[in-house]
Amino acid sequence: MKQQTIAQQEYVRKQKRRQKTVAALRIFLFAALLAAWEGSARLGLIDDFIFSSPSRVAACLVSMTGDGSIFLHTGVTLAETLASFFLVTAAGILGAVLLWASPDLSEILEPYLVMLNSLPKSALAPILIVWLGNNVKTIIVAAVSVAVFGSILTLRNGFACADPDQIRLIASLGGTRRHVLTKVLLPGSVPLIISNMKVNIGLCLVGVIIGEFLAADKGLGYLIIYGSQVFKMDMVVMSIVILCLVCAVLYQGIALLERRIR
Amino acid sequence: MIPKLEIRALSYSYHTMAGETAALSNISFTVDTGEFIAVVGPSGCGKSTLLSLISGLLRPDTGSIRIDGTPLSESACRIGYMLQKDHLFEWRSVLQNVSLGLEIQKKLDAPHREYVLSLLNAYGLFPFAQARPSQLSGGMRQRAALIRTLALEPDLLLLDEPFSALDYQTRLSVCDDISSIIREQKKTAILITHDLSEAVSVADRIIILSRRPGRIRKILPVSFPGGAVSPLKRRNDAAFTAYFNEVWNVLQDPDSALSARGGAL
Repeated sequence: MKQQTIAQQEYVRKQKRRQKTVAALRIFLFAALLAAWEGSARLGLIDDFIFSSPSRVAACLVSMTGDGSIFLHTGVTLAETLASFFLVTAAGILGAVLLWASPDLSEILEPYLVMLNSLPKSALAPILIVWLGNNVKTIIVAAVSVAVFGSILTLRNGFACADPDQIRLIASLGGTRRHVLTKVLLPGSVPLIISNMKVNIGLCLVGVIIGEFLAADKGLGYLIIYGSQVFKMDMVVMSIVILCLVCAVLYQGIALLERRIR
Repeated sequence: MIPKLEIRALSYSYHTMAGETAALSNISFTVDTGEFIAVVGPSGCGKSTLLSLISGLLRPDTGSIRIDGTPLSESACRIGYMLQKDHLFEWRSVLQNVSLGLEIQKKLDAPHREYVLSLLNAYGLFPFAQARPSQLSGGMRQRAALIRTLALEPDLLLLDEPFSALDYQTRLSVCDDISSIIREQKKTAILITHDLSEAVSVADRIIILSRRPGRIRKILPVSFPGGAVSPLKRRNDAAFTAYFNEVWNVLQDPDSALSARGGAL
């Protein structure tokens, strides 16, 4: 290996020290918050029946792990999220391709898509229950509706930003619009599609939880709403914590896919 | 002899809601097989439009384009197009990039693959066949772009300012490189450039266009002792400055060339 200068060694040491400090402080912050929460519950500064406490949440987690119900609820939420995520991704790409293929259609649909995209989708949930019933269909449709319009618009704008010279290049090589799509737009949009997937996975989870609040007897959203109704705040907090973990895992999954493609 | 390319009374206008912009007006010239033509003119004079018309990407309003005597739309002639940016796709290897045209035209069989590899080999890119475009230097990227065009064995090459995105030093050497490849392959080529010295250093004839709408000011034959010597040698030749000044003067003086032609008519 090449001999490093003193200045370089000093720089590397500084950077490593900084990374370690950041990691240590992150853990410290977490521990401090837990300790403060637990401490104030024990000392009676807050009512742990309302605010719960880390030990009560842990106890709840242990008991629900014991009877296996937590796996059922987490699994249901995860499955619904993944199902709606794949539907959104597929519909997003297909919709964007369709709009790109027909500029007329794109122009006609533009105001509708913009309106549907900015409409708060939670407003649709009650209608969906009436139309589709109190079941998993409603939840998935709710989740898809949250993410799909934004996804289509983002990808379509990405396609529209393609360099006209790249399209000229394909034409000069004797290619048609289909070749522009398969050789330039789709492969060139992979980074965009992945960053859009990162947004979609979060939005799908939002949609699934909204759906489960209203139309479910399983899932983390159901646990949260049920727990709050029967004042089992430990269950509510525990569900939120698991939800955080689910988010992190799903997001990291896509980040991993991104790194593998690069 | 039938010329490779014959352009007669060509005009083209762009239409937008804001109005009509005449880009080219009454352009006529011919190009013989194996000739290297440069087109120069002020920016916005319709140089690129001219290439788009010849390549069939745009249809002329009036006038005709004939290749080997047959109208462009019926011609089976293959036209290669090289653009200012190389547009090599980062998600493809160099080999996949230079084979893109063959892939699109479904001609990626063994003999064509062999031909592409021989081109890569001849122009020093063979060791980089599996590399990504980002691993190539600016000059190598332009060479790869040229090979992508040559892979389709075009009869006529259209070069739209292919060197202008490069820094000056690279530009001189890449221009030298590319023009010698084109001479060696005996291709007929039309180069568009706003760099007058580049035009003088590569072309057999220089077509000088006027401000928009582009009309032909003058067609200047260029010949150097020793035939088609390389661009770098041309730049060192005594005749180079004289040609440069002549092109410069025609471009500078809005009236002389037109009135001179008017007088001749």
